[in-house]
Amino acid sequence: MRPIDVIEGKVSVLDRADVDTDQIIPKQFLKRVERTGFGEFLFYDWIRDGEIELESNPILLAGRNFGCGSSREHAPWALEDFGFEAVVAPSFGDIFYSNCTKIGLLPVLLDEEHWRAVAEAGEARIDVDDQTVTCAGGVFEFEVEPDVKHRLLNGLDDIGITLENAAAIDSFESSGDGERGPVTTAL
Amino acid sequence: MPQTMFDKIWEAHEVSAGLIYIDLHLVHEVTSPQAFDGLRLAGRPLRRPDRTLATADHNVPTDGTKAAALIADQLSRVQVETLERNCEEFGIPIYSLGSDRQGIVHVIGPELGVTQPGMTIVCGDSHTSTHGAFGALAFGIGTSEVEHVLATQCLVQKKPKTMRILYGGELGAGVTPKDLILATIGRLGTGGMVGHAVEYAGPAIESLSMPGRMTVCNMTIEAGGRAGMIAPDQTTFEWVRGRAAAPADFDAAVARWRALPTEPGASFDAEVEIDAAGISPMVTWGTTPGMVVEVTDSVPDPAAMESPADRESAERALTYMGLEAGTPMIEVRPERVFIGSCTNSRIEDLREAAAVVDGRTVAGSVRGMVVPGSQQVKATAEEEGLHDVFRSAGFEWREAGCSMCLGMNPDILMEGERCASTSNRNFEGRQGKGGRTHLVSPKMAAAAAIEGHFVDIRDWS
Repeated sequence: MRPIDVIEGKVSVLDRADVDTDQIIPKQFLKRVERTGFGEFLFYDWIRDGEIELESNPILLAGRNFGCGSSREHAPWALEDFGFEAVVAPSFGDIFYSNCTKIGLLPVLLDEEHWRAVAEAGEARIDVDDQTVTCAGGVFEFEVEPDVKHRLLNGLDDIGITLENAAAIDSFESSGDGERGPVTTAL
Repeated sequence: MPQTMFDKIWEAHEVSAGLIYIDLHLVHEVTSPQAFDGLRLAGRPLRRPDRTLATADHNVPTDGTKAAALIADQLSRVQVETLERNCEEFGIPIYSLGSDRQGIVHVIGPELGVTQPGMTIVCGDSHTSTHGAFGALAFGIGTSEVEHVLATQCLVQKKPKTMRILYGGELGAGVTPKDLILATIGRLGTGGMVGHAVEYAGPAIESLSMPGRMTVCNMTIEAGGRAGMIAPDQTTFEWVRGRAAAPADFDAAVARWRALPTEPGASFDAEVEIDAAGISPMVTWGTTPGMVVEVTDSVPDPAAMESPADRESAERALTYMGLEAGTPMIEVRPERVFIGSCTNSRIEDLREAAAVVDGRTVAGSVRGMVVPGSQQVKATAEEEGLHDVFRSAGFEWREAGCSMCLGMNPDILMEGERCASTSNRNFEGRQGKGGRTHLVSPKMAAAAAIEGHFVDIRDWS
């Protein structure tokens, strides 16, 4: 994953609550076994039915509980492939939020009032290190977990970091492994 | 300090701060191919194939296709074949099409007994919360995390907050665990449990069977919850006893499991109390599981809603659903009925639905479909003659899989079709583009199939 420092540019606004990942990327596109090329299917039904129009900009402003529902990582893959680098919303589905941080699509939590200000401004600058969103309407701080921030800023591979800890995993497994559930290969 | 069940399981699995050990990783065809590719690209081995188990469920046809190579849809075929190849390459046991253990991943785990109290269980599927019914910590993950678990058997996790929902009283006659969880989601809202591991407790929960508890935990994610859990007790132990993967020293395991429940005086970040006795059979009217009313109610009027955002969502939902505010729910007429999904496709669910349809005939306006959750559920149902009951009534009796819960296989709704469904999501297009889903219990779905419209199961006979 590439490091993220500053994301700057125009915003696209999707002012709807509870947008689930089934809308972001409908199921018929989950049959692909690749990780790329999902952008053209983003909001497939809504865009084709003329229900929404969505410009490819660096920042997507989305409504509360954005990305609820299915765990499909295809949703952040599609948003990223479409051109978004950050998604700003008052709240997110937990799994979606986590999935975004794993691929370097920046999820930004912003309360509704500040969200409106960014929407009105039409463009913004998001600084990950400072944890701020700056627009014509002001400078707004946002929360992000320190380790998530560290990984995003440095574009670090989560698995690589964990494997540096392999000794701790070995030691954990060396005690009580037999009491931690069944051996699937013995069924 | 007294501990919650969640705290105990979390602590027992903390390898280091924020790094959690995973006891069981369930894998299916849709969210895993890119993860296996990632392993190969990085040249990483799979750490614990013996703590990993795979099945094909999301994509499989339910028409009796007996092998991946025979799946008619080319993309589905490639995906299931890819899973089989990946499992072979990395040494993962797999129950694919043609296996008598194949089925929906959240049905076969408990069925085989690999789901046990005190475990941490993950799967690239948001309904993994189902396994929490055993007093396990179980949650859905994305594909990057699937790869992480394959490579490390661990997950980087922020500790969620805890919530307990205490259900006082007992569910009334005709009211099911599905109604209990739908009523709960209706009350808390689709974001009401976000960030929380939720423990369901109280007399109404304790008296539920394991399948009932699974139905409740299954839908935790529909209120945004990270995990749903229920304390293990004798009901839990009896379910696990004798299953293929039950512990060899069962008594020792039970002794460990008895130490899991939340201790008196333990504190939760949030507590909610709900009167179970006051819950009615529920039907969703909109496009989120939180848009739900009692079957005796009418379609709500958006104009009466306080928040402009709720009003706007409700208006859009009613347009999509083709419903008018004020219409009594019992006048709503589904053309399709789907009995299945990881929420309600276990043998008990099929027995309940069969008892409703026994000796009756599906309304001429309705096409009904029963999809058992697993090959084992199907076999048991057929031994009991349930397939004859359903078929005689006019239902289609199909093979195991996720089927029309998400319509990745050929089982889908046509544009505008209205469906009474025992599944978990009524999102726009979930069961097919333009399809209109009403979530209900198996009994309510079965009765709607017979009458051609929703009925209050409590006074229907």
